[in-house]
Amino acid sequence: MTDILEPLQFAFFQKGLLVAALSGALLGFIGVYIVLRGMSYIGHGLSHAIFGGFAAMQLFAAQLYIVGAGLWGVLSAISITAVSRRSRVGADAAIGVITTASFALGVALFAKFGTSGPSFENALFGSILGISATQIWGLVGVTLLTVAVVFLRYRVLLFTTFDPDVAQASGVRVARVEALLMTILSLAILATLTVIGVTLVAAMLVIPAVIARMLTNSFGRMLALSTGIGTLCGLVGMYLSYYASVPSGTMIVLVGAAVFLVVLAITGARGLRRTAGLDSHRESVSTAR
Amino acid sequence: MTGTGVGEALVTLTDVSAGYGNTHVLHDINFTVREDQFTGILGPSGAGKTTMLRLLLGSLKPQSGTITRAPKLAVSYVPQLETVDWNFPITVFECVLMSRTARRLLPWATPSEKADVASVLERLGIGDLSHRHIRELSGGQQQRMFLARALLRKPAMLLLDEPTSGVDFSTRHDVLHLLADLHEDGMSIVLTTHDLNGMAAHLPHLVCVNHHIVASGTPQEVITPEVLEGTFGARMEVLQHLGVPVVVEDSRTAG
Repeated sequence: MTDILEPLQFAFFQKGLLVAALSGALLGFIGVYIVLRGMSYIGHGLSHAIFGGFAAMQLFAAQLYIVGAGLWGVLSAISITAVSRRSRVGADAAIGVITTASFALGVALFAKFGTSGPSFENALFGSILGISATQIWGLVGVTLLTVAVVFLRYRVLLFTTFDPDVAQASGVRVARVEALLMTILSLAILATLTVIGVTLVAAMLVIPAVIARMLTNSFGRMLALSTGIGTLCGLVGMYLSYYASVPSGTMIVLVGAAVFLVVLAITGARGLRRTAGLDSHRESVSTAR
Repeated sequence: MTGTGVGEALVTLTDVSAGYGNTHVLHDINFTVREDQFTGILGPSGAGKTTMLRLLLGSLKPQSGTITRAPKLAVSYVPQLETVDWNFPITVFECVLMSRTARRLLPWATPSEKADVASVLERLGIGDLSHRHIRELSGGQQQRMFLARALLRKPAMLLLDEPTSGVDFSTRHDVLHLLADLHEDGMSIVLTTHDLNGMAAHLPHLVCVNHHIVASGTPQEVITPEVLEGTFGARMEVLQHLGVPVVVEDSRTAG
């Protein structure tokens, strides 16, 4: 018991634990929409794109990095959506071009000018060292905003996720709802970037939601379960990260993977069947001519 | 059943061409849906039937031509069962309630909404299935669930994409009767089908489509060897049974 309480005497760990739990909860919560929309690749792409903005803002206006990198992320998301809709380039190819270019720019800026904030390695894999009060308040703010958006737009988000064509015909402004979702996704990625890390944020968007899907057939319960699993992964991962002296994001994702394996062992083929359509949802709702 | 409709025009397609990207699926479509209409859009796979529904629905913009709608027209759409993601984690109740999005900010259903959903599910004979996952329903029950979602909006025009595709004989019969009842209640209905004997021959009005409108009229008028050849590209023989046309494969082209 004293071993568990021991790291709590350090202020940096208390802050880290709070941020990890909130990050896990936030990514688990919003991840449900991303996974069910078959948009896991967008989470992966956006985290890399935002890294470019993150590096640039560290260089030019470190104090305003949340605003700048958030704007960068939102613009990347809108560009991806616009390119994939209006041209012959598919969403995956659009993401491949826009986000990797942005990521490469971030790497170049880090290499050339260094940073006043987290190190290159910490930005990639996450760290709980040096978490500022601004970052904590930023994360709390984004979490509250996300919960408010989902609470107030619950039905239209569900309708446009399940059946965008019929939602559009029923008077829902699908493009506007998608832009809203992309905006809160960008902000969520940005707010959790420093703890989870650029390369691992996408995993935490996907893993809790997939585990939750294996456990329930109800959308409401999936939202609650995914949020809970994300929180648990954040808390346990942070503790293990402290004891094992490995980057926090790495350990949080490994805990998520372990929970996935345990749930898979318990639910077996039934759990796997439930996740079968997650990568093909978009295609299944738009194939008819 | 009047079929062709006698009231005000709900949606009018004038010289409409439509498609996806650079692909043109429909050319020069002139078609009006009126109050009290019950029409089947008949054609082979890939002929543009679903595209025509999407134009009526408003989810697809025409590449050329104009579409005119009655003001504040409430339209509901029942998708093709094959295009639905049946793995999506929702119950029948959650799915039906989905269509109530207007003026509602809170996630949970009000008592009156719960009563409305229960009432429409009861009317369609699936009142006891509201807490089941959508995959646990039979084909006929899945069709009824989407009808329930559509009816909850109290539409003036109901559009259905291949409502009897992939369902058994008895379900097809049930769906036809259900739609006839809704039409009797004054709802305009447009559906797509490629099922000649099981569906099209029993509808009051048909529009035959193969990238353009080949013919329109009653089943007696359009289910003829000539029109069917123009629509499906194959010669078929048409027999009459109790006043209903029955299509059989032409023995000269079979095999």
